Amino acid sequence: MSTRFSVNGRTVDAKAEADTPLLWVIRDEIGLTGTKFGCGAALCGACTVHVDGQPVRSCQTPLSAVAGRKVSTIESLSRNNTHPLQKAWIAHDVPQCGYCQSGQLMSAAALLAKNKNPSDADIDAAMSGNICRCGTYARIKAAIKTAAAEMRGARSQA
Amino acid sequence: MSTTTNTGTRGGLSRRGFLQTSAVASGGLAIGANLAGLSVEAIAAGTIHTPNAWVHIADDNTITLISARSEMGQGVYTSMPMLIAEELNVDVRTVQVVIAPPNTKLYGNALLGGPQLTGGSTSVRDGWEKLRVAGAQVREMLLSAAAAKWNVDAKSLKAENGNVTGPGGKKASYGQLAAEASKLPVPEKVALKEPGDFRIVGKRTRRLDTPAKTNGTAEFGIDVKLPGMVYASLEQCPVIGGTVKGFDGAKAKAMPGVIDVVQIPDGVAVVADTYWHAKKAREALAVQWDEGSGATLNEKTMLEGIRAGAPSDKVLPLKANGDAEAAIKDAKKVVRAEYVMPLLSHSPMEPMNFTAWVHDGKVDLIGPTQWQDGAQGTVAKALGVDPQTISVRTTFLGGGFGRRIDVDFIVQAAQISKAVGKPVKLIWTREDDMTHDFYRPQSLHQMAAALGDDGKPTAMTFRMVSQSITGRVFGLPLEVQDPLMTEAAIAPYEIAATRHEVVKHDAGLRVGYWRSVSHALNAFANESFIDECAAAAGKDPYAYRMALLEKQPRFANVLRLAADKAGWSTAAPAGRARGIALMEGYDTYMAQIAEVSMQNGAPVVHKVTVVADLGRMVNPDTVEAQIQSAIVFGLSAALYGEITLDKGRVQQTNFDRYRVVRMNESPTIDITLVQSNEKPGGIGEPATALIGPAVANAVFAATGKRVRGMPFTAENIASA
Repeated sequence: MSTRFSVNGRTVDAKAEADTPLLWVIRDEIGLTGTKFGCGAALCGACTVHVDGQPVRSCQTPLSAVAGRKVSTIESLSRNNTHPLQKAWIAHDVPQCGYCQSGQLMSAAALLAKNKNPSDADIDAAMSGNICRCGTYARIKAAIKTAAAEMRGARSQA
Repeated sequence: MSTTTNTGTRGGLSRRGFLQTSAVASGGLAIGANLAGLSVEAIAAGTIHTPNAWVHIADDNTITLISARSEMGQGVYTSMPMLIAEELNVDVRTVQVVIAPPNTKLYGNALLGGPQLTGGSTSVRDGWEKLRVAGAQVREMLLSAAAAKWNVDAKSLKAENGNVTGPGGKKASYGQLAAEASKLPVPEKVALKEPGDFRIVGKRTRRLDTPAKTNGTAEFGIDVKLPGMVYASLEQCPVIGGTVKGFDGAKAKAMPGVIDVVQIPDGVAVVADTYWHAKKAREALAVQWDEGSGATLNEKTMLEGIRAGAPSDKVLPLKANGDAEAAIKDAKKVVRAEYVMPLLSHSPMEPMNFTAWVHDGKVDLIGPTQWQDGAQGTVAKALGVDPQTISVRTTFLGGGFGRRIDVDFIVQAAQISKAVGKPVKLIWTREDDMTHDFYRPQSLHQMAAALGDDGKPTAMTFRMVSQSITGRVFGLPLEVQDPLMTEAAIAPYEIAATRHEVVKHDAGLRVGYWRSVSHALNAFANESFIDECAAAAGKDPYAYRMALLEKQPRFANVLRLAADKAGWSTAAPAGRARGIALMEGYDTYMAQIAEVSMQNGAPVVHKVTVVADLGRMVNPDTVEAQIQSAIVFGLSAALYGEITLDKGRVQQTNFDRYRVVRMNESPTIDITLVQSNEKPGGIGEPATALIGPAVANAVFAATGKRVRGMPFTAENIASA
């Protein structure tokens, strides 16, 4: 008995029990450790991934819920830091300890996928489920605006 | 007992002296040099040369800094390479960083008295001289090697951008010279660059570790994987300090993936093929506990005990000038106040975890720690093995804040690995992490001041009661003053008669170093109290402070600049009020002004104006990041932070009941850095200590209510 779904465009058959949180399937069975465990209760956002483009807390998402669906993790943004959000994170030197940043980036990516010109209030609303104990919030906000501007520019040039 | 009033040197000197003493006294601290400080892989490869303990240069010209300090967000994997690169004359982006193995002789922290410990905002201060010297030594050795090779005078050569060049177009890369250079004696005296010639130090420099932290490739402890590794989840007594009376592991052992159920001193561990299997099976354990003396603890009776005192309390004088008591007794106008601080958890984002493998007479430890030789020495003692058989490899730390100075979870991982004979990764749940912390101790400050006819204080007494963390961690004797209780205790204000004393009181719960340690306790009391004195005198809190700082130019300067930047002389925007706080900590002088409004009885912090004078800076961008970080961290404590106990059980188990500041609650932070030629100050912590009093003083300005304890909830403000 396995559960078939796609991770970052690759089809996988996960052997874990159906009630296993997606987080631990991604980390321990599939071996993608960019997604982090922070609270186990959908309170901190460190484990944020996309399921069919929507941001979800993978620590509270059972494996059974993603059968046949498309899961995207931090590793899908780009491996070589070419995604506009990754470039902006580097330009603003956002991370400190860095542990929460995969989740922050995935929440930000979900925001920018539907809103390429977010206001401060839009960013607060999309990002306040993600805790950063190092307090990188101001730089995250600035980096999201930088990335949004690049994405708008890319779109208008296209 | 110290009568020093120069706050710039007080902390560093006394701390160093005392930790050396305590290291000898406790016997367990000084592990001594036991590894050569070389990467085994590097030596085996035969291509890497090590002119000194800090620098490797490979034949292919790769330069590696051996970092003696853990990277936990504070930026040392960038600031330390910058110091080396400056003297080596190379682009810092060409420098790789690897973490040092435990070796206190080579990598001990002089500012902390010798342990290989990352804490106390010491990394740059400790590395400032020795890393530049190390870089300069290597540069001189490379030049000497080239001079010998080409048979020319070393003075005719230049070391630049990874190459040594000389007359007639002679050129060799550092890598080509490294093998010969490494055979030369290390020069005792080297010339360091004049600060005016710095090309890297003092310049905004992007962190070297950022790219790995934006694509998921940075390796934290929780990401470690060894061949054949299994996972452990540990059930510990709900009352800290309790022990296992008995347990039934049969049900857990029958669950999917479970390899074994083993008892260790701290509890019962389930070991399984995946973390989730271990955690699920742990829920099926039935453990009977001997809860021990902790089972009666709650924070209210602990505070009553702190207030009442105990026979075992130790009163330690800190400073006395004149007869402050008599002056207060005879004064016409007296201000008295008490301040109370709650227990706090560290709660870094990465829950405690470590990977251990006890095998073939060796112990491999891999994971996030702030104290490498502490991990090595404590595990050696727990397993009864020679420390030299224990290797420690430090990963990135998903936050530290002082929690990872303790090594409890490392010992547990090693004991579990020994029991099952496999490499084990132990991962705590968030609930484990929050309920089995080493908490910031409660504190009580009792303050009194006499005000003269002009409203200025003529006398002041300061009594602080709290628990010594250093007694637990380093075995500091009860009768010795704990310098990590007295930080920022002596405020800079000129007062003729003063008496400061500290009372060590053991409230019964284990306590730990929490970002900025006693600065946060003492600065809250001192900066709230001076504000209370200003109010009692009917004076403006800024003008009142400035009038007492005539002999303290660095304090006065940061306060004046902060007032200017915050627009102190103009009214705050409608519905808002401002509060000031001022402190020196870690040789850094800082003023903060918080601008708040009140919503539903609690403060909303809109803006914080910060001015910091920390002497010479290595990476100003990291300095700003650390100030931003420390303010958000301190604000979480000020607004929400409180650990409570019921029958010894910590009641906060996750971020729902232990709230922390989120983006929508995070203020605008306006930072001004004073350009200064003074020696470098620490910056990872001090801003944490000032945001609380700045907000409390702003709450007073907004409401007339003086909140004398944290957190500043609507309830606590209403009852103030």
